[in-house]
Amino acid sequence: MMRHLISAADLTRDEAVLLLDTAEEMARVADRPIKKLPTLRGRTVCNLFFEDSTRTRISFEAAEKRLSADVINFAAKGSSVSKGESLKDTAQTLEAMGVDAVVIRHSASGAPYRLANSGWIDAPVINAGDGTHQHPTQALLDAFTMRRRLVGRDAGLGQDLAGKHITLVGDVLHSRVARSNVDLLHTLGAQVTLVAPPTLLPVGVDHWPADVSYDLDSVLPKSDAVMMLRVQRERMNAAFFPTEREYSRRYGLDGERMAKMPEHAIVMHPGPMVRGMEITAEVADSDRCTVVEQVANGVSIRMAVLYLLLGGNESDAPNPRTEEK
Amino acid sequence: MDATQHTDAARPVLEGPDIARVLTRIAHEIVERAKGADDVVLLGIPTRGVFLARRLADKLADITGRKIPVGSLDITMYRDDLRLRPARALARTEIPGDGIDGRLVVLVDDVLFSGRTIRAALDALGDIGRPRAVQLAVLVDRGHRELPIRADYVGKNLPTSLRETVKVQLAEEDGRDTVLLGTQPASA
Repeated sequence: MMRHLISAADLTRDEAVLLLDTAEEMARVADRPIKKLPTLRGRTVCNLFFEDSTRTRISFEAAEKRLSADVINFAAKGSSVSKGESLKDTAQTLEAMGVDAVVIRHSASGAPYRLANSGWIDAPVINAGDGTHQHPTQALLDAFTMRRRLVGRDAGLGQDLAGKHITLVGDVLHSRVARSNVDLLHTLGAQVTLVAPPTLLPVGVDHWPADVSYDLDSVLPKSDAVMMLRVQRERMNAAFFPTEREYSRRYGLDGERMAKMPEHAIVMHPGPMVRGMEITAEVADSDRCTVVEQVANGVSIRMAVLYLLLGGNESDAPNPRTEEK
Repeated sequence: MDATQHTDAARPVLEGPDIARVLTRIAHEIVERAKGADDVVLLGIPTRGVFLARRLADKLADITGRKIPVGSLDITMYRDDLRLRPARALARTEIPGDGIDGRLVVLVDDVLFSGRTIRAALDALGDIGRPRAVQLAVLVDRGHRELPIRADYVGKNLPTSLRETVKVQLAEEDGRDTVLLGTQPASA
């Protein structure tokens, strides 16, 4: 296991499987009367959020508290950052306070990498989403949800997602979730297909380990999981498609389209959903939609990441389930 | 760990039939002390304690004619030496359906040594429920306790020096039943 978690592309197959297996054990803590483990007692984790977030911040905070870590929440709004403090000075302030790990969300791609590799702080850095670059814990919780639903809870232990067909639909251009998912799913052996209007695909997408299609209806029948991405209006500075109506006609998922998917296939969404745009209420509220499950799984995955990065003196845990016998 | 180096020197102190006899005796002792083992729950500590707990449950079922609840209790997250070593992979905690509240919990482990594992297990139990009482069954007690902890049921008392190693092998994990007493290589 590495020291920081910056990008889903940094994980090897065995590291990713170990994270998923650990999360499977963490998930069982949620079923107990006392949902707390003493593992990170006396360690301080700082959640540095330079960009708005509800679910990721709450999820990290819940994970940290379940492992008994002391949590410091930092939101850029109302802090010295709004007075003009740089990332370096904020980092050095945290270092001086003796923070043991930093969870960072930033609107600039690469900010977590800079924090981890600049020598400003010693603590492990966990990327909670940076610009349009990466969101590794989201990719891990998505893979965890897929493995649980498509392989099985216990049957999945020690397994990857080899041979599964995963389709990502929508605003790939602005999506760090898509980038992280493509990297991790490729590492785990899944076949990824991206479906989007050409204007919402990044330059160089042909070098990604994924297929590209412009026709959702032809891809659905062979998908084991379909992940709908939100159209990120806040990152758009030009017209990427003629009208919202046209977009949702061609790339939105409604009940009729969902019926074309195989019986076992699931619908995923990283949230927040825009109902009526990329997904209809009928699909969002169906049993096949895993949005709520993904949120619950997010806490387990983040506990696993925190445990494996902070639980030992150095992170080098072998996984007995993937070790060769 | 260099296994090949000390298997030469390691000598068996318990073989398959001995282990079976010892477990039968412990099962009888549990029934005797718990007056019928009505409310007993067996919790094995991974890895090998779980297999021993399952074997004990089978023997108890033979004696009492009832099914005895058996589960596992992973103590990794409760260890006091987590920060001294790399993070470890977790094992499964499986508490039987009826829980442990008001029950007699018998913890089962392969080797009792410093007692720190059992301390961690007691902490872990506290987060899961409130048993009527907790007892401890081990296959081998090798001494050198670092905490005020003792076993209620002992398969074999094995006086050892700190330089010696005790290795329990069970068919479920290692393909054969045996307890090996060896010597650590001088470098370790």
